[in-house]
Amino acid sequence: MNINNIKKEFPIFDSKVHNNDLVYLDSANSSQKPKVVIDRIYDFYTKEFSNVGRSVHYLAVTATNLYENTRSSIRKYLNAKDENEIVFTKGATEAINLVANTFGQKYLNEGDEVLLTELEHHSNYVPWHFLKNSKKIKINFAEINQDGEITVESIEKKITKNTKLIAITHISNVTGTILPIKEITAVAHSKGIPVLIDGCQGAPHLKLDMQDIDCDFYAISCHKMYGPTGLGILYAKKKWLDDLPPYQGGGGMIQEVSKDSVTYGNLPNKYEAGTMATAQVIAFNESIKFIEKTGIENIERHESELIQYGQEILRKNNSVKLIGNPKNRGSVLSFNIDGIHPHDIATILDEDGVAIRAGHHCCQILHKKLNLTASARASIGVYNTKDDIDKLNESINKCKKIFELK
Amino acid sequence: MNLKELYQEIILDHGKNPRNLRKAENFNKDAKGHNPLCGDKVHIFLKLDENRKIQDISFEGSGCAISMASASIMTELLNGKKENQINEIVKDFLEMIKKKENLDNNDLNDDEKTKLMCLSGVKQYPMRVKCATLAWHTLTSAVKNSQEEINIENL
Repeated sequence: MNINNIKKEFPIFDSKVHNNDLVYLDSANSSQKPKVVIDRIYDFYTKEFSNVGRSVHYLAVTATNLYENTRSSIRKYLNAKDENEIVFTKGATEAINLVANTFGQKYLNEGDEVLLTELEHHSNYVPWHFLKNSKKIKINFAEINQDGEITVESIEKKITKNTKLIAITHISNVTGTILPIKEITAVAHSKGIPVLIDGCQGAPHLKLDMQDIDCDFYAISCHKMYGPTGLGILYAKKKWLDDLPPYQGGGGMIQEVSKDSVTYGNLPNKYEAGTMATAQVIAFNESIKFIEKTGIENIERHESELIQYGQEILRKNNSVKLIGNPKNRGSVLSFNIDGIHPHDIATILDEDGVAIRAGHHCCQILHKKLNLTASARASIGVYNTKDDIDKLNESINKCKKIFELK
Repeated sequence: MNLKELYQEIILDHGKNPRNLRKAENFNKDAKGHNPLCGDKVHIFLKLDENRKIQDISFEGSGCAISMASASIMTELLNGKKENQINEIVKDFLEMIKKKENLDNNDLNDDEKTKLMCLSGVKQYPMRVKCATLAWHTLTSAVKNSQEEINIENL
């Protein structure tokens, strides 16, 4: 895998930031897009556009086929059993809200418990918090260990007879911790508890096999996966999608509507009400092809080497403190520098064209646990190189110089 | 605009060694403010004498260099000013930090204005304007004695 060739596929790297080459280290927030994805959106709107699934004219049929082709590619990519297990949403946030809403409606009642972890992004906390208010459920948190890891035991410890669902992240967007989701799922299933995985940080970086992991739900954010914004995927086992009530009502999700009654459409239409993000879905097929062409195993190996390298470099840098020390760390390096606020770090790095994120990264629960108000975060994608990490380090040194730190 | 102009000596100095970072003794007005996005917090204390003149102004809090320097410089410049001057200065500063070229109030002298203009570099970083204005909005709340905690996100 030649990274320089891969980088050339991403037009953004032709741009300059404050007269510097762009060092993009914010892929956990959103990844950049390869030209094939950008072109596909343009081509679809230019030559093939129509709404899908409604009309019978030529363009409608073409668009519908293209739309369904992406579903089929995703099914294959995730090794899901059935194409109807792939539901398009407006993002991973909506995917989790869909499950919280429908599963909550049917299966959660006062006193029932949902088990999360302290690593969760707000998108895998707030939807459950709604149910805490509306249905008086209880939310429990599996605790991290001193390295920022969630072990199978830490999950087991918090399972009670009232636990009705376990909802956990695949990879922490702050510590980079990779959770043992297959093992956790096995333990949960042995107690009859379904499992939802927030796969926002997992899907762009790790090889996925839904049948092997055996989780009940897996939420994906397409824009973090070299795809367009406004699109997410909910993978859900067919038994759940058949069983759970619809999420949003509207056109496309119905079978028959009269003044007295409504019957709902078959899968996947049941969960895709209204006009969907058609161009994004069609362009996302190119993201999948890009990942398949590059090889997810190659991406995993490359990113793992880069994270190792980044850890070594930053550990050698005095006054940089990495957040978390997980044995299995994926794609994310969060850090603090004693004496410099993360927002000052981010502004100074930006001047050198180094794009990182500063703040709580939508993980206030974790930051409170770690007694931090904010942190700086460098996160990588397939296009990053050791050179980028070196530039990050140089820029951090410039920061320290400005603030007169050693 | 380059970075040197934002993170210049005076900002770094006030950011690292903020002046008046303490609770004013016998304060008669105060207000709290915070920025939920980055966790910056500030608590402003005012002691006005019988002539409505600031006898002491101080703050407690934590945050980035920009927010700490802004609060520090603010307390330095406003000490000794009359209550009715505060609103003019705050209004002028907030307009300058968002768009206006210069400060044009008559309540600060040229040296004081030059000092305050050190923060003008923040204009180039719209995401950071809230860092620079948190203490000032909080001061307004303190003057009004409204007991309103300022959430900079809601302004």
